[in-house]
Amino acid sequence: MEFEAVIGLEIHIQLQTRSKAFSSDSTEYGAMPNNQVSPISLGHPGTLPKHNIQAIEKAVKMGLALDCSITEVNRYARKNYFYADLPKGYQITQFDTPLCVGGRVPFKPKDGEPKQVRLIRIHMEEDTGKSMHDQDLYDTLVDYNRAGTPLIEVVSEPDIRTGEEAYAFVTEIRRLVRYLDICDGNMEEGSLRCDANISIRPKGQIEFGTKVEVKNMNSISNVKRAIDFEIERQKECILSGQAIIQETRGFNGLNGSTFSMRKKESNNDYRYFPEPDLPPVLMTQSDVERIRQEMPELPGALFNRFTNDYGLSEYDASVLIDDKHSAFYFEAVCRQQNNYKAVANWVTVPVRGYLNEQALGMEDFPLPPESLAELIALVDEGVISHSIASQKLFPALLENPKASARELVESLNLATNTDSSEIEGIVKAVLEQFPDKVQAYQSGKTGLIGLFVGEVMKRSGGKADPKITNQLLQKALQSL
Amino acid sequence: MSISTEKVETLAHLARLSFTAEEKENMREDLEKILAMCEALKQVDTEGVEPLIYMTETHNELRQDDVIQEISHEQALKNAPKSDSDFFRVPKVIDGQ
Repeated sequence: MEFEAVIGLEIHIQLQTRSKAFSSDSTEYGAMPNNQVSPISLGHPGTLPKHNIQAIEKAVKMGLALDCSITEVNRYARKNYFYADLPKGYQITQFDTPLCVGGRVPFKPKDGEPKQVRLIRIHMEEDTGKSMHDQDLYDTLVDYNRAGTPLIEVVSEPDIRTGEEAYAFVTEIRRLVRYLDICDGNMEEGSLRCDANISIRPKGQIEFGTKVEVKNMNSISNVKRAIDFEIERQKECILSGQAIIQETRGFNGLNGSTFSMRKKESNNDYRYFPEPDLPPVLMTQSDVERIRQEMPELPGALFNRFTNDYGLSEYDASVLIDDKHSAFYFEAVCRQQNNYKAVANWVTVPVRGYLNEQALGMEDFPLPPESLAELIALVDEGVISHSIASQKLFPALLENPKASARELVESLNLATNTDSSEIEGIVKAVLEQFPDKVQAYQSGKTGLIGLFVGEVMKRSGGKADPKITNQLLQKALQSL
Repeated sequence: MSISTEKVETLAHLARLSFTAEEKENMREDLEKILAMCEALKQVDTEGVEPLIYMTETHNELRQDDVIQEISHEQALKNAPKSDSDFFRVPKVIDGQ
């Protein structure tokens, strides 16, 4: 029997605000426990929450980036349950009026066709505190620094079919939150978290199978691993005649398996009701337009512009838009340099190589765009060779990022040697060194010219003008 | 409208309350009376009346994203039934209980 998986994802995204969603304590990661708390985030009676406008605007940006419609009258709701990391006994969330409705996430899975996954909604809510169960024999320790941090939850339709698609979907979401500057997208630190609802059904069947929710996947590759594992596990279950149990499973990153955490409670009754302490938030059309104006250009639009306006290959464009700092740097160089293909090559190969080597992000790249533009101009003008540019000038500039590329060529004596008499001397010496090769050349092995050119280059420290070298070599070989 | 003992038990579990058999029965009778009163409210014609959710007409009560630390770490932990120098301490929480 052939099976098909049906997967929906829920992605929690911590919004990068300075203060919390409903109170003014800091959201900074890594503080000492229970130092960033307030009577509101600790759930003391008699306190009043108040909306952080920047959190709402960041959530709207995500909705606009994913083509959602933005809800005009936003009400908030209480989701009631008891857990030690939720001091109020309820989580403030949105129930019947999610801020963003509908929308879609376009992506291209590895080796697959472009695809779109529809979204059900994006709603706002607050994060919980953190419980530590294994630090003490008798007690659970609770840190409320995270309590009240603004979150959005992106809920997809069950349109995903494979682990690979889920991987591409989460990658696209992470890239967007980084472009929009609303979250650092760090899954290891938990600022972006993904739960997957997975079921399988015989191919062609319309009804869904029993779904299982998988949690605790702390990287995008683990999302894929967990889903791949879970699909296989469910197949084996069904083929051996067992029923799938509706439950929540955790993911074990060490061996790539999932394990049962808890059976779904049948009376999971959150008794949602409107949060009376938070008056509704009105998001008018003009508010939405103002927020839209503040958004940077997004990867999809950049891809189209890079392939159309700059004539880049789809591959180069997709590498450049992978992160916004590379894309914006590329454009900054192109403002001063119209050899776009060369700019793309420099940014995607040597620049990226340097950053990987140094474990830096593009935002930390030390060279101003003007310098890279000048370096490329020096190659195009024939002042230096490409190999001198990448092996000598580029490293020299990185060591001294404030220096002018043109001045470094001068002071380090990197310019291509066009002095014919000097090159002629080297040509003569090279031909004298390889009399047997010269003979072979003259008896028809003309491919040996490459060897002679290489030798001249080596002796000149890579600076001999290749065109002049070639001419002089041909002349010398003919007159011998 | 009648309320079963099981319903009372479910509601008690959700609210983390525990009742003796006698309290349970009192609670069940009270709940039935409360619901009967609500039934009476249903007779009012609310056709075309928006549900009243908020006691005020205000909206967009917003604050800017500024950090103000209002209480100290020590004050935060002061009223906790159990704590150490860093954490709130609670009985071990085991799923499903």
